[in-house]
Amino acid sequence: MHVPDGFLSAPASAATAAVAIAGVAIALRRSRDELDERTTPLAGLVATFIFATQMLNFPVAAGTSGHLLGGALAAVLVGPWTATLCITVVLLVQALILADGGLTALGTNITLMGIIGVWVGYAVFCAARRVLPARLSSIPVAAGIGAFVSVPAAAGMFALMYAAFGATSVPLATILTAMVGTHVLIGIGEAIITFLIVSSIVAVRADLVYGARTVRLAPASPSGSAIYSSAQTDRSTR
Amino acid sequence: MSTAPTTPRVSTRAVLLALLVLSLLLAGVVSFYASSQPDGLEKVATSIGFIDTATDSMAANSPLADYQLQGVDDDRLAGGAAGIIGSLVVLTLALGLFRMSGRRRGRAAAPSRTG
Repeated sequence: MHVPDGFLSAPASAATAAVAIAGVAIALRRSRDELDERTTPLAGLVATFIFATQMLNFPVAAGTSGHLLGGALAAVLVGPWTATLCITVVLLVQALILADGGLTALGTNITLMGIIGVWVGYAVFCAARRVLPARLSSIPVAAGIGAFVSVPAAAGMFALMYAAFGATSVPLATILTAMVGTHVLIGIGEAIITFLIVSSIVAVRADLVYGARTVRLAPASPSGSAIYSSAQTDRSTR
Repeated sequence: MSTAPTTPRVSTRAVLLALLVLSLLLAGVVSFYASSQPDGLEKVATSIGFIDTATDSMAANSPLADYQLQGVDDDRLAGGAAGIIGSLVVLTLALGLFRMSGRRRGRAAAPSRTG
């Protein structure tokens, strides 16, 4: 969903750039609370993985493709503030080096994918996690649900931006239904990929997954299954 | 305090390596088979009619523009190389960023556990 230069008016691009700068500045500070020595390199790898996966467009409808956004995935794995930074690095490299997404539109793309996509995905993940049984197996499911919602949310935000500040005049209802409709389909792909990746990492190293830290592992039982033992116990390091 | 698990666990390094190898494979090889259909935003812009207002970014002359490494004739190689180079640039920048912001943290809150 990379917005090219020219879609939004110059003042709107400047405004989203300001939002992006503020968001990234706050994220730089807050991400330190999410990362420790083990998960710092993981954050780097998550950014790399999202970059690579964003190259893999998959068909969603006749003549239309989609690709992973990755905001919810990153938030569940390394925390939402760090996720904003991961997505920002990906978007920066894409815009500057691969000419994917406009340069004046970079602030717009960071706002849509790095902030809206990440935080809607994370908020829905948290809500789903609260509703689902407090087990490790719920984490990938909650992540998938968060991922599914995050994509049309970001798309909807773009539609609002375009209706207000777009280069051409389009009725809000028209662009909103078109963007959300298409991106609900893409959200399905996002949900599947997110579920699979989170599932794999939770299966081998749930302790590395930021979103799984509310589920504590008991010492391995004879059957080898993880047992929910306590909730929300604070540890000063992760 | 959690006790050490009795089952052998996968090392952090193994997880990181797996993510790296997977990323490079996806960017370097699988990307060739990705759909070339316009993405959702482009499709909407085309059907509503504002796609033509898009202007080329200033980076359009980059040697890796549009995910093709300039100077390489074979499409598959050009695309794969661009994917791998892009991935490694992201990896370097991201690791640098997170390491730097981690270092600015003050005294350690608690002794870190061995990973």
